[in-house]
Amino acid sequence: MTTTHDDNSELSAESMNEYVSVRIGDQLFGAPVDAIREVFAPQSVTSVPLAPNEVAGLLNLRGRIVTAIDARRRLGLPPREADDAGMALGVERGSEIFGLIVDSVGEVLRRPRAELEPVPAHVDPTWRSMVKGVHRLDKELLAVLDVSAVIGTAGAKAEAA
Amino acid sequence: MKVQQTVRVGVDVLEALMTTVSELVLTRNQLMQTIRGLEDEELKGPLQRLSAVTGELQDGVMKTRMQPIGDAWRKLPRIIRDVSTDLGKKIELVMEGNETELDRQVLELIKDPLTHMVRNSADHGLEMPADRVKAGKAEKGTIKLSAYHEGGHIIIAISDDGMGLNTARIGEKALEKGLTTHEELERMPEQQIHRFIFAPGFSTAEKVTNLSGRGVGMDVVRTNIEQIGGVIDVTSTAGKGSHFSIKIPLTLAIVSALIVGCDEQRFAIPQLAVRELVRVGAGSEHTVENLNGARVMRLRDRLMPLVDLHDVLGVGEAYNGQEDETGFVVVLDAGGRNVGLVVDNVLDTEEIVVKPLSDSLRGVHAYSGATILGDGSVIMILDPNGLAGEIVTALDEEASMEASAAKAAEATNTQRLLLVRAGGSEPKAVPLALVTRLEEFNPDTIESTNGRLVVQYRGRLMPIVPIGSEIRTVEGQRQPVLVFAENHTSIGLAVDEIVDVVEERVDMQMSSDKQGIIGSAIIKGKATDVVDIAWYLDQSRAGNIQRRTSNRRRRILLVDADAFARRMIAPLLAAAGYDVTPTGGMHEVHAIAEAGEQFDAVVGDPTALSRIRQEGLWSTLPTLAVTDWPEDTQSEGLTAVLPRSDRGALIAALDSVSQEEKVA
Repeated sequence: MTTTHDDNSELSAESMNEYVSVRIGDQLFGAPVDAIREVFAPQSVTSVPLAPNEVAGLLNLRGRIVTAIDARRRLGLPPREADDAGMALGVERGSEIFGLIVDSVGEVLRRPRAELEPVPAHVDPTWRSMVKGVHRLDKELLAVLDVSAVIGTAGAKAEAA
Repeated sequence: MKVQQTVRVGVDVLEALMTTVSELVLTRNQLMQTIRGLEDEELKGPLQRLSAVTGELQDGVMKTRMQPIGDAWRKLPRIIRDVSTDLGKKIELVMEGNETELDRQVLELIKDPLTHMVRNSADHGLEMPADRVKAGKAEKGTIKLSAYHEGGHIIIAISDDGMGLNTARIGEKALEKGLTTHEELERMPEQQIHRFIFAPGFSTAEKVTNLSGRGVGMDVVRTNIEQIGGVIDVTSTAGKGSHFSIKIPLTLAIVSALIVGCDEQRFAIPQLAVRELVRVGAGSEHTVENLNGARVMRLRDRLMPLVDLHDVLGVGEAYNGQEDETGFVVVLDAGGRNVGLVVDNVLDTEEIVVKPLSDSLRGVHAYSGATILGDGSVIMILDPNGLAGEIVTALDEEASMEASAAKAAEATNTQRLLLVRAGGSEPKAVPLALVTRLEEFNPDTIESTNGRLVVQYRGRLMPIVPIGSEIRTVEGQRQPVLVFAENHTSIGLAVDEIVDVVEERVDMQMSSDKQGIIGSAIIKGKATDVVDIAWYLDQSRAGNIQRRTSNRRRRILLVDADAFARRMIAPLLAAAGYDVTPTGGMHEVHAIAEAGEQFDAVVGDPTALSRIRQEGLWSTLPTLAVTDWPEDTQSEGLTAVLPRSDRGALIAALDSVSQEEKVA
């Protein structure tokens, strides 16, 4: 999915971006709807000793093994309360499924594509590598997540570190 | 005539079938788990049948994936024929283990590398007939391919009796490519130089022939093999030929696994790698012991290194071996060596479907995959090879710690000693590495013939010699005996009591007044007599030539990078009356050389010895190589090459070297 900012300025369906709004820490984020396979409540996550820090563990999603990535750890935020499992966004990459663990999932938001603004330059580089842009909502800012970057590869990890 | 009937089936159909069966197996496991607690006979019968049928189906589907390796070799004779006509070489291709089966996917992936390697051998390895005759070899060169199963792996070997790898040219090329420096190269053992052929873009062929040397080098072969989790290595002897060996896992989608618990978590260990299970701690005869911080366990009177899964994974607290704590030791086959993995408990065995790990976890070598258990939970599958890696690293660290601790000139001489009580109340020490087994015999079974004590042991009569003056049998108590096996004969030394195993730096003080005592050493702060095993062995062998007549203790420099090997050999030599200086690496050797130390002989692994020779150190001394692979070792420049397993041969060789010296 590539997003270009200025190919269409009409408010047709194509010019609107749809986001699943999620909250991670105090920040409202938007995950592009077409990047998300499903939303589920993570249950009995098996922790994996020696795994990279951002890997929360593995879980069983209807017979498939899902690697759970903790968005808070990726973004360098403090951990959640121990008894709060959060919610998970299922993301398919190749033949694998990842679960991106966030604090909570809200409604689906539609924002005009043209309103997507670039990430301000002074934002922390870790965040900038995972945030594609910002939408100004009435009350707060919606940071658009680059889901692939958050799921992360070895390269992205090195960058973040 | 019976025609074998076959049907062509698409591979994708088989793959889909495999996935379905995997799911079926999981569902079956889940059902079995649920039913386990129930007492419903009506359900149990059909379920057992379902389980059995599922198992058969699984085996059947697995079989459809297996193919004999001969399928990948079928074209090779033709290729070799073509090569021989093209180049005018005479080549014989020998293939062994055609019927060895491996997974279809794996087979496909190794087909091309194998073909390439055989071509390479024919093109670059074998010489022209005239050259072969000149070199005193048969006109016809031989390329030998063999395959066999070993553990969960298949080993494929490709060897030729050609000219071997050109070490000088590989070295030059490596320098040219910037892979190494002159200084490094000079100090590098031959085999390490040979391994440069696996480096990317490496080819020493001067001209591109029709057959090989088209830029698809050994690096591509290596990459292909590593992709399927395999390893490749080469050994080569100039003028004699090269030997490539490939080890690939027989990765099967479904494996039987042992489920173990560690810090509230469960892990699966493939059954293939598990040799046995041992319970340790409260109420068990086995205990975890500490040797200078390293954990070991006595298993059938051998010491086995232990690693704690807690430590490896960095979770929870390691088993501390306290009285009330129980643990389990899973004895793993780690590269041919027994290694014990300490876990909290052993829960179950289960058929598991191996699921690959995502990229973010693939870098963690402790795991080979993950699986979903019957109860729906996800657990990690431990990779015995990866764990072995951890252990080897630990051993290396141990070795380097030892190295740094040792003041090179007076290398610290720690040995494992068995403390026994015999002929007196003070304990005596016996180097543990010399002891083959510890046995206990019923005193009634020890008979006296011809004034000598014997016992029936493993279908033979074994002479028993008491350490000390006599055997003091206590009614109803079994007689502990240290068994020494040498050259197919066993000799038992009877002791009163086995006290302990200690690891001590042995500073042997010589004493010649007591027979059967090599000297004394301070062990656990107490002066302890060290038993001269060689003397007792000689006692028990009538008519044996008295060895070690010279008054001066001969000094041996022992060089072996393997801490295990050093521990094996050092006490052996010490007990045979030699003064041993063990060293682990070249830096220690250098320090000793600089200190101007003199020795009578150098014993060690072939690689280390060749480096010492290259550097011209102690060049006049006899050098004896000790190795696990004597037949693969180049004996040039060495006085003798001896198998590591044969303790007697090393002593005999050293003795004969000393004799020669005396005559000269």
